[in-house]
Amino acid sequence: MRSAPHVLTAEHLSRSVGGLKLVDDISMQVRAGEVLAVVGPSGSGKSSFLRLLNRLDEPTSGTVFFEDIDYRQIPPRELRRKVGMVTQRPFLFPGSVFQNVSFGPQQRGEVFSEARAEELLTRVGLGGYVSRDVANLSGGEAQRVSLARALANSPIVLLLDEPTSALDEQAKAEVESLIHEIIRETHLTCIVVTHDMAQAARLATRVMMLEKGRATRIGTLTEVLHA
Amino acid sequence: MLNRLFTNQLQLGLAQALAAAVVAYAVVLLARRRKIHVESEAAVALVRGLVQIIAVGSVLVMMLQAPRWTGAFLLVAMIVAAGATSARRAKGVPGAFRVSTCSIACGAGSVIAIMTWLGVIDTAITALIPVGSMLIANAMNTNGLALNRFRSDVLAHVGEIETALALGADPRPSVAPYVQASFEASLIPAIDSLRSLGIVWIPGLMAGMLLSGSRPVYAAIYQFVVLAMIFGASGLTSLVSTLLIRTHAFTTAEQLLLRPGISQAKVRD
Repeated sequence: MRSAPHVLTAEHLSRSVGGLKLVDDISMQVRAGEVLAVVGPSGSGKSSFLRLLNRLDEPTSGTVFFEDIDYRQIPPRELRRKVGMVTQRPFLFPGSVFQNVSFGPQQRGEVFSEARAEELLTRVGLGGYVSRDVANLSGGEAQRVSLARALANSPIVLLLDEPTSALDEQAKAEVESLIHEIIRETHLTCIVVTHDMAQAARLATRVMMLEKGRATRIGTLTEVLHA
Repeated sequence: MLNRLFTNQLQLGLAQALAAAVVAYAVVLLARRRKIHVESEAAVALVRGLVQIIAVGSVLVMMLQAPRWTGAFLLVAMIVAAGATSARRAKGVPGAFRVSTCSIACGAGSVIAIMTWLGVIDTAITALIPVGSMLIANAMNTNGLALNRFRSDVLAHVGEIETALALGADPRPSVAPYVQASFEASLIPAIDSLRSLGIVWIPGLMAGMLLSGSRPVYAAIYQFVVLAMIFGASGLTSLVSTLLIRTHAFTTAEQLLLRPGISQAKVRD
């Protein structure tokens, strides 16, 4: 059986700020439909690494290939549409849930119907929320809207930067199980940053361990833990 | 009291400057009691201001003998100095000096040029330089306010801006609310000056014209003309400044440069 093609390949990816190496010579590949968890202690460069993958930051050296194309050849907006991101805090824009969910498609001048928004919101467990004001949402609900907003762009790869770490225990479990469900149903390629090994084990097929900006281990959770 | 102590006009002027500086610095010391520390900045600004204005006065005396076109060179030098001063109010804003100088040149420069061409500003150096400097100084203040407000608003909303970028948004609309807020905030002093003209304050220029024997009605009208020019120069400066800074806040790869702890220089390391 042929293995799935590589969707994202990082080659000797580094980023330094003020002489400090945030990401240090990381090379890795992610196949279509794979879920990679990036783990490591605070300050190990997990979020900095993730920000390089959708080019929110510029690498100091090295590059990323998205579907075998050097991502510097892809217009940034097109790249970010295809490589979606959900951050630790949802950062919803003031207005309605619909305005938030339709934000991405509207940037490209696409018509995004309320029915399509409702469909996405139902998928994240927020059916009937389309006209609600985001100011009245709980933390867990806001993070679900943030997830629906990222999915509205129909990304090929989804980057999740500690998506549950700002939530209370109950919301954390709910959002994590939702992410798990979406990944399983859509076979979406995901890179999840987490400091929680148990969460990495539940969500990911492979794990990459970062320490001081360097990828020290990469493989299955067992391989990484027993290396 | 001072005019009884000093009969020489220069000595009297210096004594009056000292008295005014003491009052100004007393406020700084009062602020210090409330843990607001601007002592050294205020002291440097006071000394610098006095030295600069004496230097300009001396240059004006010399330039009275020079051809009229030399005034243009002095105005250009003032615009560059205003750009540098204004840029210091926007630490961390990429290209702040270039943006400030271009904006002040566009805003104050174009209003001075048009008004001189129309004959509203006399080309005599004694008129062109003082009026021109008023427009440049106000444009500088407006530009500083606009950049400062833009910087603080963007730094407070990095998450929202980068979320928009991560969703594939054009950088310009991502910072549009902060550009608008900066423009509006920077024009508050100029609008308030026009609103309160004659009610709250009688500006120095009008007072000077009255003292030098001009007709009160003409002095009043010309003061309005100057304030309207200041408003025009400040508004145009702020407009250009906020439009330019909107572009300078991002790299060509549409990455936000204005982030806590990040500057272009650092990223190049």
